[in-house]
Amino acid sequence: MLQKKKKSILENWMKNQLVYEGLREDLISNDELRIQSEKLIDALVANLSADGINDLDSEKWSPVIEILGGISITRARQGFSPRETGNFIFTLKEALLLVLQEEIKDDPKTLYEESLKISRLMDNLSIVTFETFIKGREEVILRQTDEIAEISTPVIRVWEGILALPIIGTLDSARTQIVMENLLQEIVNTRSSIAILDISGVPAVDSLVAQHLIKTVSATRLMGADCIISGIRPEIAQTIVHLGIDLSSITTKASLASALAYAFKSMKLEVRRANTVQKL
Amino acid sequence: MDKIPILKMGPFLLVTIQVDLYDRLALTLEADLVQMVNKTRAKGVLIDISAVSIVDSFMGRIIGNIASMSKLLEAETVLVGMQPAVAITLIELGLPLNGVHTALDMERGMNLLKSMINDTSNIGDNEIEEDDLIVE
Repeated sequence: MLQKKKKSILENWMKNQLVYEGLREDLISNDELRIQSEKLIDALVANLSADGINDLDSEKWSPVIEILGGISITRARQGFSPRETGNFIFTLKEALLLVLQEEIKDDPKTLYEESLKISRLMDNLSIVTFETFIKGREEVILRQTDEIAEISTPVIRVWEGILALPIIGTLDSARTQIVMENLLQEIVNTRSSIAILDISGVPAVDSLVAQHLIKTVSATRLMGADCIISGIRPEIAQTIVHLGIDLSSITTKASLASALAYAFKSMKLEVRRANTVQKL
Repeated sequence: MDKIPILKMGPFLLVTIQVDLYDRLALTLEADLVQMVNKTRAKGVLIDISAVSIVDSFMGRIIGNIASMSKLLEAETVLVGMQPAVAITLIELGLPLNGVHTALDMERGMNLLKSMINDTSNIGDNEIEEDDLIVE
């Protein structure tokens, strides 16, 4: 029965969706929306039969769930709100019920039973939609976390043989690992002999962070390069001493500039004013 | 049984570890190397571990041992070509190898050894150093 009414369901559904005030025409065109809707209805109607209606786990429903999941995930990525995504499936429910009402309005008992079935089915489908929607969002968040970790640990080659690594934000174990890996790899790639670790962007240093710093310095040393820590702010110097952390085995400099000067000196390089060079 | 070759080059000994070290091999290397240092009166030991991709705490300890033993026999140890992953592993194992000198590659390790030997030779035992160089 519903098979025959496919066309009118679709029309109703489209109408409902278009009427909805929160429709995001900026994110999705009407044509695209129509294609999505059509695909879903096709799959839905093809699988709609009296016996399997309550059993959403059965094999028969997997194409519908797949399509729905696909739509939901794309929407999550495109930046639809949960309300808008939910609306997509709830308007379909309304459309279905409307058709049902028209078809069997003479028989209230059957109408009631059928409506109940449809409601249950659509509720289940909307749960699936939200599940996948949230999953899609979580994927986005996860990817962004990775990206931030990547972005926030750049290794800069400031001079031939000198690397600088400005650390901005809190240093935790996971980040130290990334910092260390990037730094060591870069030492190998650029054959650098000095690495400057600038911690002026680190908001606080506790014993754990200090431990991580010492680890990084030791690892650099194992690679055959020297590591200088620069940019220690007064508050951090205070905490380090109060915590009784011993950084005496590590070369520390107040600023990146003085660290660079030290690096130049140990590489036997000299920086001079240009006009002096000309005179010579 | 497998053995890791120890090459003599001037006042230095070169060891290139090209296989993954298992415990017995590492112990043999340790014994052989100390014997060689003693026999050749080498001033420096250069260990190249660029081909080593796996280390454990035992390996780390053996390297530390070699360095300490060589030191007792008047030779400096330089470890060259450590891979980043290996460095991280050693640090995580709590083995910063404090007594060992390190360099990025063979070339730099050699320069480091030469400069170290020059330093010591300038202080006092200049003659002995010269002798050694002539003999080789």
